[in-house]
Amino acid sequence: MKKQLQLIVFGSLLGFSIVHAQENAGLVLPAGFKAQLFAENIGQARHIAITQSGVMFAKLNYPNKKGQSIIRLEDKDKDGLAENITGWANYGGTGIYIRGDNLYASSDDAVYQYKLDANDEVLNASAPNTIIQGLLSRRQHASKSITLDPKGNIYVNIGAYSNACQEKDRTPGSKGMMPCPILDSAGGVWKFDGLKTNQTYVDGKRYATGLRNVIGLDWNTTSNSLFVTQHGRDQLNSFFPALYTNEQNAELPGETMYEVKEGDDCGWPYIYYDPIQKKKIVSPEYGGDGKKEGGNNALDPIVAFPAHMAPMSLLFYKGDQFPAKYKDGAFIAFHGSWNRAPLPQEGYFVAFIPFKGGKPSGDWEIFANGFSGLPADTKVANPRNAKARPCGLAESADGALYVSDDSKGAIFKITFNK
Amino acid sequence: MRKKLVVCLLLLVGVHFAQAQNGIIGEKVYKTKCLVCHQADGGGVPNLNAPLDGATNVVGNDIARLVKIIRYGYNERVALDGYYYSNAMTPNPALTTTEIAAVLNYIRNSWSNKAPSVTIAQVQKLLKKK
Ligand code: HEC
Repeated sequence: MKKQLQLIVFGSLLGFSIVHAQENAGLVLPAGFKAQLFAENIGQARHIAITQSGVMFAKLNYPNKKGQSIIRLEDKDKDGLAENITGWANYGGTGIYIRGDNLYASSDDAVYQYKLDANDEVLNASAPNTIIQGLLSRRQHASKSITLDPKGNIYVNIGAYSNACQEKDRTPGSKGMMPCPILDSAGGVWKFDGLKTNQTYVDGKRYATGLRNVIGLDWNTTSNSLFVTQHGRDQLNSFFPALYTNEQNAELPGETMYEVKEGDDCGWPYIYYDPIQKKKIVSPEYGGDGKKEGGNNALDPIVAFPAHMAPMSLLFYKGDQFPAKYKDGAFIAFHGSWNRAPLPQEGYFVAFIPFKGGKPSGDWEIFANGFSGLPADTKVANPRNAKARPCGLAESADGALYVSDDSKGAIFKITFNK
Repeated sequence: MRKKLVVCLLLLVGVHFAQAQNGIIGEKVYKTKCLVCHQADGGGVPNLNAPLDGATNVVGNDIARLVKIIRYGYNERVALDGYYYSNAMTPNPALTTTEIAAVLNYIRNSWSNKAPSVTIAQVQKLLKKK
């Protein structure tokens, strides 16, 4: 703060004007909420996690110029801005999770575990425990998201390296493979022991299958079950123009949230969820025509959001800082779409859905908007024009909500004042 | 003299007509086959679909590589101007040589891009080579 003031004084002395910090860091929020920039330009910040004492760790998609991909951010003077920023770990990735003094981080093919000391400083930066290794990573949907249950099991998303399990991926006229061979080692969520080292596929269990790519997942302590958000398939109109118009493709399939128990199947690639007909529809690669229903054994989603918005994080809010309606509800960070083109894009916001007793108790709504930096009523036309793209979510012990941006690496801090 | 002028004029009109035609075909191919991933502004999608606007390779001289990418698709995940893109690009087995030349000229001369024209004959030769 002091530094900022000095800068402003210095700036006006020199006769150039400093652009004033935007109100609420440019975000549009419900009444009573405030946002500020906790950090900026830290690199493509994917998931974030926060310790009991409020130290944040962000996982970068690529290591920064200093060769760091786990960034530690601390707001020592409690002014809401991280001023103490350090880092380590020379591998890109997405997942990060904190349980006690264990910090978990994922690359695209492994999960590592670090120890934190009493000041939340890392003890074994260069010698982490390898918890899981050898996970499939084939470019598409390669990022690994992680969460733990109260018993200490770790859940890892292994995304399918494919759009719809065609013989030739994203190739017009190529048939869907039956059965889809990808599902034995990807396209689902796997469960491992959170403390055992050097686990591989044989030590884990395919917990849920038929999930094309899950980036957001969180354990719900009320229902005592895992919830996941799936990225639905792309390009129905590109490959099946006789069955789907551009307008239909922009709305199909829904981005879905599932509550998954061990052994569940969510249906990919054989079906997709149509949020308008509210039905599971056979994929055209598997003989579907946009109407034929399928997936009798596949789960129904618990919530369906508009298509292609790309849910990146799911967080059940446990705090008391926000009004009562938010308690136990789910926040979802939507990266923002690309496959709605040529129609305007959607997403680029954080949504909220209230929960009671472990089940949604109302409709979803936009909670925080304006990440794109465009005027409130302007939709993103081209993804590269979005200033920020919401990716990670974390809640601090005092109930503040943090949102990371993986375009340039801003971290937004959202608080509520009665 | 007069005759020559007329021939010249005709030629000029002809060339312009061909170019305009090329432009229309190129734009049509782009809109139906490429826009969904590379977007209307050629900006692509960060980390997912490579940008064409401002891309060194797109305005570069390696036409053989560009023709190959458009015909056979692309899924190499190599650094393009320093960034990686994880999606798999769709092959276009049904595009004619005329359409490939047209869409190449379209992406090489749209947005901020400016590059010499690629001819249909050039594309034909490169596709035969494969
Ligand atoms: C399904 C999405 C998709 C579609 C459709 C698509 N592309 Fe691509 N394109 C990509 C991706 C992804 C890459 C980068 C692939 C990689 O790095 O392995 C790429 C790369 C390229 C490149 C190389 C760029 C460079 O810097 O070297 C060119 C040129 C290109 N695309 C042109 C086209 C054209 C022309 C069309 C339409 C005929 C098209 N693309 C359709 C996804 C797509």
